[in-house]
Amino acid sequence: MVHLARGALALTAALLLSTAASAQQRVLTFTTDNNDPAPKAAWEQLVADFEAENPDVDVQMNIMDREAYKTAIRNFLTSDPPDVANWYPANRMQPFVDAGLFLDISDVYADNDLNTQLASTLPIVTQDDKQWMVPYTYYQWGMYFNRTAYEQVDAAVPATWEEFLANCEKFKAAGIDCLTTGSSQLWPIAGIFDYLNLRTNGYEFHKALTNGEVPWTDDRVRATFAEWAKVLPYTTANHAAIDWQDAVPLIVQGKAANYVMGNFAVAAFKEGGMTDETLGFLPFPTINPDVPRAEEAPTDAVFIPAGAKNVDDAKKFMAFVARADVQTKLNTALGQLPVNAGATVGDDPFLQAGFEMLSTTPGGIAQFFDRDAPAEMAKVGMEGFQEFMVRPENLDAILDRLEKARARIYK
Amino acid sequence: MSAYWKTNQRRLAPWLFLAPGLFMFMLYVIIPIFQSVFVSFQDWDGLGEARWIGVDNYVELMDDDAFYTSLKNNVIWLALYMLAVPAGLLIAIFLNQTIAGMRLYKSLFFFPFVISQVVVGLMFSWFYAPNFGLFYNLLEWLTGTGTAVLADDRFVTYGIIVAGLWPQIAYVMILYLTGLNNVAPDQVEAARLDGAKGWRMLWYVILPQLRPATFIAVVVTVIGALRSFDLVSIMTNGGPYGTSRVLSFYMYEQALSEYGYRMGYGAAIAVVLFAIMMIFISGFIWKMWRDETER
Repeated sequence: MVHLARGALALTAALLLSTAASAQQRVLTFTTDNNDPAPKAAWEQLVADFEAENPDVDVQMNIMDREAYKTAIRNFLTSDPPDVANWYPANRMQPFVDAGLFLDISDVYADNDLNTQLASTLPIVTQDDKQWMVPYTYYQWGMYFNRTAYEQVDAAVPATWEEFLANCEKFKAAGIDCLTTGSSQLWPIAGIFDYLNLRTNGYEFHKALTNGEVPWTDDRVRATFAEWAKVLPYTTANHAAIDWQDAVPLIVQGKAANYVMGNFAVAAFKEGGMTDETLGFLPFPTINPDVPRAEEAPTDAVFIPAGAKNVDDAKKFMAFVARADVQTKLNTALGQLPVNAGATVGDDPFLQAGFEMLSTTPGGIAQFFDRDAPAEMAKVGMEGFQEFMVRPENLDAILDRLEKARARIYK
Repeated sequence: MSAYWKTNQRRLAPWLFLAPGLFMFMLYVIIPIFQSVFVSFQDWDGLGEARWIGVDNYVELMDDDAFYTSLKNNVIWLALYMLAVPAGLLIAIFLNQTIAGMRLYKSLFFFPFVISQVVVGLMFSWFYAPNFGLFYNLLEWLTGTGTAVLADDRFVTYGIIVAGLWPQIAYVMILYLTGLNNVAPDQVEAARLDGAKGWRMLWYVILPQLRPATFIAVVVTVIGALRSFDLVSIMTNGGPYGTSRVLSFYMYEQALSEYGYRMGYGAAIAVVLFAIMMIFISGFIWKMWRDETER
């Protein structure tokens, strides 16, 4: 199997795009998974700006497929590391930091005053009291909905879970899926679980659960699943057969009303023909009014591999990506939120809504299930969520299995 | 030196010719087998330090539902994949006629084996896809409700096996077609004179002569069933919730996939799969050895 993975890597490497190098320049290699059109253009612009400021550096950007990147990163970090690459902070970076594959960039933080400018995300890029990554973007999760579908059944935009479920009844009568998702890649439904758990039990409990401090068989976890069970009859039936992109047309065509997603999906909705008038965004409805509202906003970051050849220029690149004006420009193009406190948020209504929602969050901001929980737990957990969505009657067996995994993973 | 070479030339020459092949075989097959066994006794994330944990991986495997699901699916694969042998024989006999354009029909039947397994997997996933898939729409038209085969834990493994059978039948068919070319016409003639036809002719005259072809067909089908990784990976990624996993895919998932950081556990699964394959492989080798020494 190792040979198979290597073969796949070699194939991907052969397909990589790279810019032309000239002999006098120092080369900085940058491997990234931003292969969707909008992020790719945004990063190409950022690289061009960096090269304009540093004419003696030639950045060679290698773009890989997003899903393939997640497994390829282990191969290229150990065999042929680039000078800069991107990855996810928190638990997703931890195994690599433990293995000594990331370069300590605490000096970049100290020299550029990043400890204050990037203060909001400092905890998730810090391990062993050192900084390992520079976050450049984050984005809110929430519920995206089709306003036309809401008008069609005469439903009001819900603020509470009861109102939401009442709307679902109306949608069902009209033959519209109240909630849609595509779970074949598993991660989209982790967003649903995160929000249900954050709304039912609050941020502190969610954090404890993903840290393995609470058993999965706990009654509070069951309460979360009980809320989930209420919406299952109104969820797209064949979600397990489709990807998140396959569920987008259901929203666009008005066959489904609501979609729990990250803000990156807005580009896909608009590509399908939706506009600021027909696409709506609402924070996930309140379930338990006693828990402070908490939100989900994953952060993406860049880092320097420990085996980087051109460390000096890579650190320059880190400082560049962290800068307020650079983050403003990059995130306007990405349609996401900048991390640097001095940067400004683009005037897109969904970005503004997300920024407003996140900056007023009293409870806390979760990263995402597969970043808050360790990789193995995330995999077992998300599979359990999918099984629950298809066979809710198996809940006891699922929770027992997750609990068994917890006992093994968090030793 | 040269005197030694002169006297032992005949004894040494075969080994010298074998040396490059043996070296590669050691490096890429034999040594990795022992490495896998070694890794399976460790707790290793593939990046950091490995820790010796003895048989703990195997103990955990014995209590792992996902392992039993994969094992069960492997058995289903093995059993249903065997259908390729009679089906291939049937098509081969059907195509073993002399009609104008027969070569074209033969190549059309052989076509699925030529296209890549990945393409086969993609075609069948569209075939089964909810809302626009041919099969889905057919079911909807027949029964009123469509079933997304690849999202239903009851049917998913069978759905993938059907996709795998398509090229496998073509492969077996070509093996039998070449076998049928070598059936002795005088024996068929003699059987005819004795009044044999139909099933009796097939069973007592044709099939015994096809034994070498049958043997190869069974071997490639067993191996094909046990290494069924590509279709599972392309069509379902092991889902929904891991119900279509087979051992080879589970091993990949544990050791090398996005969330897989358990080289030791993956290696333990690989060792079990190797043991299962060894049962069949040693059976085949024993049979070949027996056939050769009988002559």
